[in-house]
This record gives sequence, structure tokens and C-alpha cells, in this order.
Amino acid sequence: MSTFWSIWVIVLTLTNLGLVVWVLFANRKVAVSDQNEPENRTTGHVYDGIEEFDNPLPRWWFLLFVFTLVFAAGYLAIYPGLGNFKGLSGWTSHKQLEHRQEKAQEKFSETFGKYETMPIAQIAESREALKMGARIFANNCSVCHGADGGGNYGFPNLTDNYWRWGGTPEKILETIHKGRQGVMPPQEPIIGEEGVKDAAEYVLALSGQEHDAAMAEKGKKIFGTVCMACHGMDGKGNQAIGAPNLTDDIWLYGSSREEIRHTIRNGRHNEMPAQEDKLREDKIRLVAAYVYSLSRQEEVEQ
Amino acid sequence: MTTTVAETGHHAPDYDYNIVRQFTIMSVVWGIFGMGMGVLIAAQLAWPQLNDFFQPFSHFGRLRPLHTNAVIFAFGGSVLFATSYYVVQRTCQTRLWGGWLIPFTFWGWQVVIVGAAITLPQGLTSTKEYAELEWPLDILIALIWVAYALVFFGTIAKRRTSHIYVANWFFGAYIITIAVLHIVNNLEIPVTAWKSYSIYSGTKDAMIQWWYGHNAVGFFLTAAFLGIMYYFVPKQAGRPVYSYQLSIVHFWALISIYVWAGGHHLHYSSLPDWTQSLAMVMSVILLAPSWGGMINGIMTLSGAWHKLRTDPTLRFLVVSLSFYGMSTFEGPMMSIKTVNALSHDTDWTVGHVHSGALGWVAMISIGALYHLVPVLWKRKEMYSVKLINAHFWLATVGTVLYIAAMWVNGITQGLMWRAFNADGTLTYSFVESVIASHPGYIVRWIGGSFFLTGMLLMVYNVFRTITETTNTARQDNTVPMAQAV
Repeated sequence: MSTFWSIWVIVLTLTNLGLVVWVLFANRKVAVSDQNEPENRTTGHVYDGIEEFDNPLPRWWFLLFVFTLVFAAGYLAIYPGLGNFKGLSGWTSHKQLEHRQEKAQEKFSETFGKYETMPIAQIAESREALKMGARIFANNCSVCHGADGGGNYGFPNLTDNYWRWGGTPEKILETIHKGRQGVMPPQEPIIGEEGVKDAAEYVLALSGQEHDAAMAEKGKKIFGTVCMACHGMDGKGNQAIGAPNLTDDIWLYGSSREEIRHTIRNGRHNEMPAQEDKLREDKIRLVAAYVYSLSRQEEVEQ
Repeated sequence: MTTTVAETGHHAPDYDYNIVRQFTIMSVVWGIFGMGMGVLIAAQLAWPQLNDFFQPFSHFGRLRPLHTNAVIFAFGGSVLFATSYYVVQRTCQTRLWGGWLIPFTFWGWQVVIVGAAITLPQGLTSTKEYAELEWPLDILIALIWVAYALVFFGTIAKRRTSHIYVANWFFGAYIITIAVLHIVNNLEIPVTAWKSYSIYSGTKDAMIQWWYGHNAVGFFLTAAFLGIMYYFVPKQAGRPVYSYQLSIVHFWALISIYVWAGGHHLHYSSLPDWTQSLAMVMSVILLAPSWGGMINGIMTLSGAWHKLRTDPTLRFLVVSLSFYGMSTFEGPMMSIKTVNALSHDTDWTVGHVHSGALGWVAMISIGALYHLVPVLWKRKEMYSVKLINAHFWLATVGTVLYIAAMWVNGITQGLMWRAFNADGTLTYSFVESVIASHPGYIVRWIGGSFFLTGMLLMVYNVFRTITETTNTARQDNTVPMAQAV
């Protein structure tokens, strides 16, 4: 803020408060004329039958007003408020935040600190660590992936052992750190509406669903020239680029003919946002271990 | 002290009651509409399936601004037009000035409301809270407001009393300030017939918005309704106003301090620290000036307390002042940063708004309307005093249920959001606080339904009063019955 605007703020604030103080004190006493004529307690004005008493300001109210004004003066002296004047305490909201973060860091470095270097698989062995991971998951991940990690339309299920980008501890960490951009480009401009329908039948066939064999046959050709680039010749996908396996009957957008056609026709764009700037490293590792453990539940149970 | 010639009844000027009658009727109509909308969206929050009736038009996100616009500007606005036009004439002892400008304010305002009811459910919005209407409606509002100011101040200018009554100070301050607020906050660049972009951006936009938003509360919903209070409370009680000195001090302090306080809506945001603390300090100072109005209203009853036993209309007026005192204590408290850190974004805010909106604004409006209807249609009294009494209890219980539910919810949410485990993780996920709030949402809906039921009794009572022919007229029926004897 330039000096001009700072002075502007200060002058306006103090003038306004000064005038309020003046109005308050100037009207503290009742009108003089009233004291000569104690019987007449009204101002003499009558409006549509309404009169006004000239009672003095209630004392407790006057004192309350003065108290808030004194509080204001004290607060504006201690804290920033009057333009560029920093206040005697030197308080700023940034400093307050940093101070509290430091304190929290100190307090929790004991509980969290050790996880910064511990291998994910080892963290996943610790019951206590998994509990913490579960809470971090509930507050940060469950909005999309569901409270149980079971996923939702457009958001992958994390409790099974099928992975778009890989389910090793390293890959899970990478997903959480950097986020993921899943892009399936629209194919309708390339293969036409007929092609979309044929390819959809072939995809249905791949996952063992009911399909039109003749159309699937044509679809297979399209798949072999267009789709295989990402999904592979056998349709088993490619985790390096997040291309899903089409043969396992696990679906992000549902397995219906309509949904599959929509995916091929218009493409899909999905994003997992990067967490590395949002969560501390130890928390990321805890939640990674939790996700890792979710996918291994079946194995563990068996 | 000057003595003013202003006797009632004998040679009263030929007041323009037509416009007052029109706005009075529409107050009741829009009251039902706006509060009905409120009950609907309260139900949607308790039972989310109710969003799905008629998607996307029936979605909470689209009906919520319709609710706020309908209760504040359609209901509250109509009450203010009706009462300010009535009060300014009677306290200035002169007929309303303004010719065709007068019906223009009525019909123009109705067009704005209908326009809001059509555009908001379609998602046509400038997204500024309490200023959602798009630019064509903004321009119409500005024109109506200028006409309103001309009519009001034109009438003041040709008054037959030497002084201007305190109610008119408040009405005058509200009309001027709302004009400034509305125009400055809605400066926007139109891109199509129903789309525009604000000329402000970022933090500046937020600050301008809350300077507007807070003073829409301060001037539209506080100062203007104090204008109503200053006429209808002494009139209904038949007692002089408690203290002229208090009127002067709290008026000037209230209107000059209020405009600084908007920044308290943006605590702990990117708004510069100095702006936040200044807003907080001014909000704390506002406590005494706000209470000045409550004291002046309630103390006006000293010597007439017994009337509360027989006059439910007076009860509405006095209880509204109690809610006013409560919410104007709560407001400065919530503006204190450490309290705000707990209350911000919780249902406490919603409860605070409604203790003002239901307890203060709606109840003083209802009291004023019960006073007005018999006068305007030249009836001895309302068709049924018992129904007024039933309305009073429904409104009071409804308000209490509403705000108690929101206090509980708000504090629960605030505490759950900030609770940490010993290991440093958050104790609760967000959805757990939603689950904890569900009972409160149901109680809130019940409270709102009580309030709406009371309004339905009012519609019936007003309808019967207007159509009843046996209810004989009096020469001057503005003096309360007890007083007239």
C-alpha cells in the first residue's frame, strides 16, 4: 500500500471514530430546557401522534460503548489495522501460521518422522501406521475414491488388485506424488460411428460379454490398427501409460454397451491430482502404505 | 424546543394508501413464496433425494439464491416499500410526492422479483451472494431505486412538520446506502444478454462483495427495519419513544461504523491483515450502536407492559427486538477472529443470519403488517386476534428451533473440523461432521415449517380482514384500542 493510501485509511478511520466519540459525549446530557421544566420530559416534537422523551443515555449502555471504543484503540495499537502501521506486537497472519506449523512439526515429528524413510511394505506391516494412513485417506482421498476406497463411477477402486498405473509401492507413491492424467482420445473422428459400434462389440467380446459376433469381427480389425497402440495387441493394456486392461471385466465407467461406445466415440479424460505440494512426505508414505495394504487384503485373507 | 403542529385524525392530508396497500399484499404473497422456498431447501439438505424432482432447476444450488432473494428483496423489500411510504407520509403530514414514479417502483419491483424467479432456477447468475441477479435486472433495480429515493426525499422535502422523524432518518440512510452498494458491487461487463463478468477480480472482488453483502444486512435488514420499529412500536404501544438522545447517538454511530465491518466475512483469507483487523474492531464497536435501537424500542414500553398480555401485534414487535438484540450481540462476537476461527463456514453462520432474518426482520415486519392492514382497509381491527396470537407462537417457537439447531450444528462442526488425534491426524473426516449435522437439519426444517405455517395463518387472517364487511370502520384507527378508550 502506498503512503498516500495508508494515510487515507488512517485519516478516515480516526476521523470516523473521533466523530462517533464526539456524538456520544455531546449527547450525554439531556437538553438544557428540560431542566427548567422538569414536568415536561418530551422533546416537544410530535409526529403522527408519536412523541419523544428526552431521557439521558442509559449509563450502562454509555459505559459499554466507551468500553468497546477503548478496546478498539488498544487493538489498533497492538495489531495491524491503521494502514501501513504494523502494530506494536508485529503480529501477522503469516507469522502466526508459521509459528503454529513449527510447533505442530515439532510435536508430531516423533510420531511421523520415522515414516519418511521407512519402506512402504514395512509401513504396511504396522497396525498403528495403517490406522494413521486410514485417517489421512478419509480426509484427503475418500472424496473421490469413497470412504472404503471402493471407488466410484470414474474413480478407480483401490481395494482390488487391478491397477491402471501399477500397484507396486513405488508406482503407488509415484501416483500420489505426481498425480496421473488418464487420456483416452476420441476415436469417432478417425474410425467413424460405424467403426465406434464395431469396436465396442469387440471390446465386449474381449471381456467375455454378450456381443454381436459379426460386428466384433470388424471391430477386431479396427482394434488391431488403432486401439492396440495403447491397449496392446491382446487388449491387456499398458501400465506405463495408464491404458487399462480390457480383458479383465474391471470398468471405470461401467461395462454397458452404451458406456463403451461413449468412451470410444468421445474419449475420456481423467485426472488424479498431485499431492506432493498438499501433503507432507511422511503423510504421503503413510497413505501409500494404506492403499498398498487395501489392495493386498484378499491375499492376506487367503 | 420547537413544537410541531401534527394532530392526528382531524385534518389529516389525503394520504396515498393505494401504493401502501399494493406493497402490503405483495409482502404477504412473497413472504409465503420465499419462506416456502426456504422450507423446501431445508428439506433438501436433510433429505438430499429431494434435489432430484426437476433437475437441474430444482437443485439446491439454484433454489438457494432464489430463497434468499425472495425473502430479502421480495418479502423484506415489499415490507420496506409499504412501511416507508406509509411512515414518511404520516410523520411528514403530507401526501406522497412523485406522480408516476410511485407506481413505477411497485410494478418495477414486481418485474425484478418475477425476473429473479425465472432466471435463477435456470442458473443465470452473476454468482455474487445476495447480488446474483444478472445485469439487465441490476439496471432495472438501479432505476427503481433512484425513483424510490426521489419519491421518499421528495415527500420529506414537502413535509408539513418542522423536524424529520427518526424513522425517516433510518429509511433515508438505507435508501442512499443501498443505491451506492448495489451500483458499486454490480459493476460488470455484459458479454451476452444474460451473462456478465464483474469488473473486479480476486481479493478485491471478494472485499467489494462483502462490503456489499454485510451492508445489505446492515442497511437493508437493520437500519431500514429500525425505521419500521421507530414508527410502529411507539404507535402500537401508544407511548413516546424512550430517548431522543439515544436515537441521535445510535443512528450516527450505526450508519458510519457499519460500512467498515464487511471485511470480517473474510477473516483468515488473502485479504490483507490490516483490513481484517480493522473490520473486526469496527464490528466490536457496532455492539453498542446496535443495542441503542433495541433499548429505545423496548424501553418505549415502560409503562405499557400490560399491553403485551392482550396485544399479540405488540408482542411481535417486542419479541423481534429481543431477537435483534441477541443477533447483534452474536454478530460482533462472531467477528472476533478467534471466535470466527471456530464459527466460519459452519451452520452457526446460518443460525446467526436466521436469528436476524426470522426473529428480527420477519417478526417486526409481521407486527407492522398486522398494524397496517386494518388501517389501510379502514377496519376496526384484524379479523381474528386469536390467529395473530397463534401466528406469534408458531413464529417464536419456529425461530427458536431453527437457531438452536444451527447453534448445535455449527459448534459441533467447528469442533469436529479442528479435532486432532494424538498422532497429529485429523480425528474426523468431513463426512462424519455431515452425519453429525443431520438431526439438526431435520430440526431446522421443522422450525422453518412452523414459521411458514404461521405465515399461512396470516394470509387467511389478512384475507378475511380485507373481505369482511361487518368489521366496521373508525375515523382514525391508527391509535391502539386500549389507548382509544
